[in-house]
Amino acid sequence: MVMEIVCPAGTPAALRAAVKAGAHTVYCGFNDETNARNFPGLNFNREEMREGIAFAKSHGAKVLVAINTFPRAGGEEMWHRAVADAEACGAHAVILADLGLLAYTAKTHPGLRRHLSVQAAAANADMINFYGTEFGVKRVVLPRVLSVPEIAAINKETEVETEVFVFGGLCVMAEGRCSLSSYATGRSPNMNGVCSPASHVEYEDNGGVLDARLGGYTIHRVGKGESAPYPTLCKGCFSAGEKTGHLFEDPVSLNAEALLPELQKAGVTALKIEGRQRSRSYVAEVVRNFRAAVDALDAGRPLPTGMLARLSEGQATTTGAYKKTWR
Amino acid sequence: MPPSDAPIPRFPQPLALGLRVAPLLPMSLSLTVYARRIAQSHPGLFKRLGEYDSTPFVLDPTDLPIVIELQPNKGRPSVRVVRGAGQGEARIAGPLAALLGLVHGAYDGDALFFSRDLVIEGDTSAALALRNAVDDAELDLSEEIARLTGPFAAPIKQLMAIAERRTGVSLSRPEEVDLW
Repeated sequence: MVMEIVCPAGTPAALRAAVKAGAHTVYCGFNDETNARNFPGLNFNREEMREGIAFAKSHGAKVLVAINTFPRAGGEEMWHRAVADAEACGAHAVILADLGLLAYTAKTHPGLRRHLSVQAAAANADMINFYGTEFGVKRVVLPRVLSVPEIAAINKETEVETEVFVFGGLCVMAEGRCSLSSYATGRSPNMNGVCSPASHVEYEDNGGVLDARLGGYTIHRVGKGESAPYPTLCKGCFSAGEKTGHLFEDPVSLNAEALLPELQKAGVTALKIEGRQRSRSYVAEVVRNFRAAVDALDAGRPLPTGMLARLSEGQATTTGAYKKTWR
Repeated sequence: MPPSDAPIPRFPQPLALGLRVAPLLPMSLSLTVYARRIAQSHPGLFKRLGEYDSTPFVLDPTDLPIVIELQPNKGRPSVRVVRGAGQGEARIAGPLAALLGLVHGAYDGDALFFSRDLVIEGDTSAALALRNAVDDAELDLSEEIARLTGPFAAPIKQLMAIAERRTGVSLSRPEEVDLW
């Protein structure tokens, strides 16, 4: 069975580009704090969501609506309305992270398919089965901390479908638990839908030496000719003692295209591409490549490789945790 | 549409030199008319700017001796062409071909930024909002120019197509086809 390509769309134009480029499924969010990519100029109002879903359906594709931030106590109404509107717009499923919102959705919208967001950080079969049993979750997006054998082991112990990231920005923290961004900006992905929000980002170019700051702190300084960084704390370059380097992780992107056969053998249902903040040009190019790859895999042809490094953060890629043992 | 991994073309130096002495007022007025035409045909572009729909932007084609000051004015934009740095809260700078390619979806903004072909200064959030709004608008600048030229639309479009092929600069929105 062909693995499903799940593609990002930050705008209606990107959704159409993804569908036309061969996406089986597109994920997107409303233009408010209910989704974890609450960036300026991005996301969908209700009318755009309805039209986008209709467009996808007319092309045989599905749309998943990400409502994957954590509601604030006393402010749940915005999240409840988002779930109801996603169903009314015709979404194939909603992607949720919060336990309370999962319980609410299972109770009040039982016919709406539920996926578990990576923000929920369900990284073992016990947790995944709990979500499946208690809230009827049909699919889990696995955190980017698991190796391929670990994913295979999980799939042997659960009936819940698994979806794994294969391309795009690599978040190295325990997903849904990271508050690093809030230390510099007061805002975090889980509560506000933004990691290292652009409103707190500044660049200063001094004769080719580029400083990238977040909330007034210099996170990165690169010389002339080096790739420009986006100042996220986890990928910053810091000096401590006599050493200067990337303390948490290098600013590279995930590219698991070479691992597709192993992921298929591991029982993975769907392959997720990160990047709702990226352009329709990026979305179309990445989708085209991955669709060609999964179709080649299904037909027993060799995989095309090495196509996408230019589009990556730091213009370098990694296979992330899939190929390493976590210490 | 130029191949996305081809080098970004630079504006020819002799022509750029001509812009050093060209009168700026007619350019500013023409571009304002042009921008308002685009605003009429793509109202969603300015809605998508949200809280930045009145933020002054500087668009800086680094291979030209001019910069463009864009004031969105909540959907009634005005444009001023100036020499020097220009004034605005957010600056997006890069070769003219990169800026045009962004508009037409020939290039990915983040990829241009990572490779430092594109530089953002000032209010990063406003710059991102503009980039995202323009990306969603699916603009075709050749088509918009042709619409303004009435009976000359067809030859203008042909001329633009020839210029696009010869220079490798994205001057129009590539036709999207369903691949699957």
